[in-house]
Amino acid sequence: MIYLNSFLFCGGICLLGQIIMDHTKLTAGHITTLFVILGAFLDTFGLYDKILLWAGGGASVPITSFGHSLVHGALTKAQNDGLLGLFLGMFDLTSAGIVAAIIISFFLSLIFKPRD
Amino acid sequence: MEQKKYNEIVKKHTPKEDSLKNGFWAFISGGIMGMIGQFLITFYVRILDVTTTEATSFMIITLIFLGCLFTCLGFFDNIVNFCKAGLFVPITGFAHAMMSAALEYKKEGMVTGIGASMFKLTGSVIIFGVVSAYIFGMLRYLLFGGNI
Repeated sequence: MIYLNSFLFCGGICLLGQIIMDHTKLTAGHITTLFVILGAFLDTFGLYDKILLWAGGGASVPITSFGHSLVHGALTKAQNDGLLGLFLGMFDLTSAGIVAAIIISFFLSLIFKPRD
Repeated sequence: MEQKKYNEIVKKHTPKEDSLKNGFWAFISGGIMGMIGQFLITFYVRILDVTTTEATSFMIITLIFLGCLFTCLGFFDNIVNFCKAGLFVPITGFAHAMMSAALEYKKEGMVTGIGASMFKLTGSVIIFGVVSAYIFGMLRYLLFGGNI
């Protein structure tokens, strides 16, 4: 069942992105930025946590979960450390993805040649 | 008059984008990406015996690695031309943007090329993500006390 929910949620987000792209002049960069902000916004009222329970991996794969994880990490830290926690914990959950992306693309760029 | 004629000619020769077909394939491929994500989480929980949160991190690292590798091998662009938003909205798009920036600026050297330009395309995602997360996190902290 959770596979079907994953399919529907992730597919729906991608469909939304495609509709925005086809009917406006926004590029892929604009859309991913927009979706990160959307994910952070949905987490303001705790909605994204409910979506994560409902859709599982399907809600973790789109870039919206990046915005959600930023807010989530910041708030988890803020519970102990107050407002300073917003600064300390911002990258707690997303650092795995960012560091992996940096390291993998650095080493692969040393190995591979750019394609025209 | 010249301008008008020119615009007409341009309009005639611009390849027509079938938004219904694009949307359909974006939905299907995006959905498959979501199912792969869920499958990898279940797989890692079962194989490595970790919590779901850790398995999510493993899943994201796996997808980023695959996105980078496919970009290097050159067939990510072909798939993107077909699936469009189905592949750049998931985390693979983030990896692809980063990888292609690193490859593109490789010829300008290690520091001024790869080092300085790796975040050329994905920088906006991180900047706006942090700014909006700060604003919305502050809002949630002040409104609801930050209870999770």
